[in-house]
Amino acid sequence: MNLLASEGGVNVLGVPLDELILGLVSFFVVLGALSKWALPPLRKAIEERTAAIEGGISRAETREREAQALLDQYQAQLAEARTEAAQIRAQAQADKAAIIEEARREAAEAAAAVTARAEASIEAERASTVASLRREVGTLAVSLAGKVVGESLEDDARARATVDRFIADLESQAAAQNGANA
Amino acid sequence: MSADAILAAGDCHLSTGGCGFPAPGAEIFFFDPVATYTIAGIEWHITKPMILLVISAILVIAFFVAIFRKAKVVPGTMQSVGEYGYFFIRDGVARDTIGRQGDRFVPLLFTFFFFVWLLNFMGVIPFAQLPVTSKFAIPVAFAAIVYLAWVPLGIKRQGLGSFLKSMTMPPDVPKAMYVLLIPIEILSNFIVRPFTHAVRLFANMFAGHMLIATFSIAAWYLFPTNLLSDPSATGFIGLGGSIAATIVTIAMTGFEMGIQILQAYVFTLLAAVYLNDSVNAH
Repeated sequence: MNLLASEGGVNVLGVPLDELILGLVSFFVVLGALSKWALPPLRKAIEERTAAIEGGISRAETREREAQALLDQYQAQLAEARTEAAQIRAQAQADKAAIIEEARREAAEAAAAVTARAEASIEAERASTVASLRREVGTLAVSLAGKVVGESLEDDARARATVDRFIADLESQAAAQNGANA
Repeated sequence: MSADAILAAGDCHLSTGGCGFPAPGAEIFFFDPVATYTIAGIEWHITKPMILLVISAILVIAFFVAIFRKAKVVPGTMQSVGEYGYFFIRDGVARDTIGRQGDRFVPLLFTFFFFVWLLNFMGVIPFAQLPVTSKFAIPVAFAAIVYLAWVPLGIKRQGLGSFLKSMTMPPDVPKAMYVLLIPIEILSNFIVRPFTHAVRLFANMFAGHMLIATFSIAAWYLFPTNLLSDPSATGFIGLGGSIAATIVTIAMTGFEMGIQILQAYVFTLLAAVYLNDSVNAH
């Protein structure tokens, strides 16, 4: 079947039916064979590859998110710990001052008590000494005066009153002298 | 005179005289049949291009089945090379031209590109040395497949009315212009289109083969076989011409290899463009 057959010689635009049919058949054979045995396995491999790559990416993203969460958590914990430490330090500073103040106060109280006790003891000592002296001095003076006068004045109430008055005078004189000296 | 006859008459040289330059004609594309059978009323001439056609089909199938049959997720060298070709067709031709719907045409376009490329490539393979697509019937068969795919597909997808409207009535044109445009569009899209689709591939391969044949015959014709016994000015001029023609033949062969892949690409890309017309109305 030469569509554009020329007379004699050759016709390059001729379309011989055998070549046309073989061209069609060979194309469909190639198409069929490649569509059946070559391209589907390739498509499958490419799809699996895409899935593997996407899976890998999503796994990596998940891990990154987890790592980020963990990091945030650690940072939060660290900040918390720092705040806590600062609070503890501030508390300790405050406690130190209070403890020192307390100790100082207790020491002062103890010192005051000791002083007071000592003063009371001294006062008691002095009072008993004064009483004792007064008694001794009276007895001694009366006994001395009795020896001088030659008679006993020991039991005489008057003599005791006299001695007491005398001692009182001595005390008032001493007080007046102390006041003048002061 | 057939191509076989040209080869048989290969003893002609300028230096020996007695013959003019045997310029190759269209007959270099015609071969004496190896055998002839009559099946179903058709005469089957088993000729060189038909044998090359069958060999090419077997090679394309064997190559891609061998490298893709056990395609792995992590590809080896050959699978990587094949995948490069696959992605070139899928992304560079099908998806770029047709969009997401292009994926279902990938096997068709893939077959067109690699089968046509190998048929073209037969033009530079030693002993084959004939681009099978320079036989007009082959591009006609392929263009017919494309035509009989996109026209029915367009009618099926868009309905006859809107398909014809999208093919013959470009939008944003003054109504009066349709008087002129509709006949032009019908002629251009439905009549000239399949013809140019086939002729573009055929003519490129035909011309390229003719060019290589002309220069290689020139190199042979100009070669002075008797230069040693009879040194003459004609002999030396012939030697220079022969060397120049050989260089041009080699250069043209390299150039042809580029044209071969380019034409396979153009044929495939046009097939995709035509299929796009039926899938995506404009």
